[in-house]
Amino acid sequence: MGGYIVRRILALIPLILILSALVFALSFLIPGDPARTLAGGLKATPERVALVRKQLGLDRPVYVQYGHWVGHASTGNLGKSLLDNETVGSQIKARFPVTLSLALGAMVVTLLIGIPAGILAGTHPGTFIDRLVTFGTSAAIAMPDFWLAMILVVVFAVKLHMLPAIGYIHPTASPVDWITHLYLPCFGLGLGGAASIARLLRGSLVDVLEQDYIRTAGAKGLKPRTIVLKHALKNAAMAPITVLGIQFAYLLGGTVVLEQIFSIPGMGQYFFNALVRKDLPVIQGVTLVVAITFVVVNLTVDVLYAYVNPKVRLA
Amino acid sequence: MSADAETPWRRTARRFAKNPAAMVGLIFLGLVVVMVLLASFFSPYSPSTQDLRMINTGPSGRHWLGTDFVGRDILSRVIYGGRASMEVCVVVVILAVGVALPLGLITGYIGGWLDSVIMRIMDALFTFPALILALAVAALLGPSVGHAAIAISIPFVPGFVRVIRAQVLAVREETYVEASRSVGVGRSRMLRKHIFPNVASPLIVQVALSFGYALLAEAGLSFLGFGVQPPNSSWGTMLQSAYSFILDKPWPLLPPGLAIMLTVLAFNLVGDGLRDSLGREIFVVKAEK
Repeated sequence: MGGYIVRRILALIPLILILSALVFALSFLIPGDPARTLAGGLKATPERVALVRKQLGLDRPVYVQYGHWVGHASTGNLGKSLLDNETVGSQIKARFPVTLSLALGAMVVTLLIGIPAGILAGTHPGTFIDRLVTFGTSAAIAMPDFWLAMILVVVFAVKLHMLPAIGYIHPTASPVDWITHLYLPCFGLGLGGAASIARLLRGSLVDVLEQDYIRTAGAKGLKPRTIVLKHALKNAAMAPITVLGIQFAYLLGGTVVLEQIFSIPGMGQYFFNALVRKDLPVIQGVTLVVAITFVVVNLTVDVLYAYVNPKVRLA
Repeated sequence: MSADAETPWRRTARRFAKNPAAMVGLIFLGLVVVMVLLASFFSPYSPSTQDLRMINTGPSGRHWLGTDFVGRDILSRVIYGGRASMEVCVVVVILAVGVALPLGLITGYIGGWLDSVIMRIMDALFTFPALILALAVAALLGPSVGHAAIAISIPFVPGFVRVIRAQVLAVREETYVEASRSVGVGRSRMLRKHIFPNVASPLIVQVALSFGYALLAEAGLSFLGFGVQPPNSSWGTMLQSAYSFILDKPWPLLPPGLAIMLTVLAFNLVGDGLRDSLGREIFVVKAEK
């Protein structure tokens, strides 16, 4: 197991180098003279253009620029915003927990709805319940998550007055308000993932329940409940576990739109404001942090998977 | 082989036609395509005509799906918006396949260091959440519908390359390929005539499913203002303008959202149906993943 983890971590080094190069290469997409565009286009003063050029090191060769950027980034220095001169790192540090609470909350929704729904459908294949779950999951996968979130706001906040519509309360200010403000965005963000998990779990559970060892367990008189929860689920959970990492990436992407709708002061909102103003260091910083978060989450999921499934460790 | 033997494509079509969910999806998509292509025929009004006596109204005899905040007919806007959304999706899929097909064929068939380099880049591209990458690219290129299409297509490329490469690897060692190689068939002819036809079926499934994701991505980008630009509108931009009035007039939120959901659902049903009816060939890819 230890060897497997070391191998996986070593394999990450080239991956992170390539992804950092891709993030750095985002600056090549800016049309025309990047310094001028980033300084505000035609109305920018020559001094401002020169300042931006210097701040980003755009007057130096590309490999020097990349070396500087990646060297600083590896120490946590992601540069400064072009607009307010604040360091990108400090902003991300302050906002990351907010986005993480949104994404983790959505993950809880994904698991709390996805697993029971998958078990329910997988243990009753071909029945009305199964069809209902299949129908529900198909619809949930096809919905834009932010649309669902807006519908939830209309129903639960505007019409029923059960939950707050928008906003974010810091957990230290009021833990209860923190949670009530997260219900709607987390539910909107997590439901699509719940549907994917439910479908995968249903499929693998149907396969597993047909196997001999399950029949043996039944023959020796175990209760159906014990068979499903103790014996079948362990094997059936393999497929859903492998996609949890991808689900998490999807959730992180979704937070950009959701934070905008609910005015949540997280990384997504920071990213969006940077996009509107073409604040390159912020765009690069957030993209890099999100990608590396995904890499770490995926590694964790893979290690978890190897722990559950010993066959993987040897591969 | 007897003269009346079924061709693989006909067999697929027969299996597909027996799948009711897939057929419903296909018929629905057919209707959507006809509607958006003949938008001026099907729309009761021009999408920009304002009926100032009817602002933010619900469904009525005059406006079947009501009107928006400046009195424009929502049904007409859904039809024209669908055209913009579908155009973006078509361009996205063409761009993604256009880039991924040569990459997948080369990495799978030629292999070697080129394969390693390209696949490492694909792995790295996979680590970016699709929406974040698409937004960063679209914003830096500058907001426009063409840039949005390029931006949305990039996150699709690694997935396509993997599917194509896996299929190429699976057929590369088949006896008929070896036989063709031994009689001196060149590399480019081999890829075109012998390898590519085998890549087609899993690729078609992937394409069908990608349309749905592209539609969702377009909605997200347009909602944030980096997709279809005013005065044109897509389903995503309609959601954006509906969002501003969500507290007192939530109705305009429903039609474009439902249009997106049903169309994505239809693409998914068709994609699943194709995967089931294409049969064995697809399992090779699944096992490789």
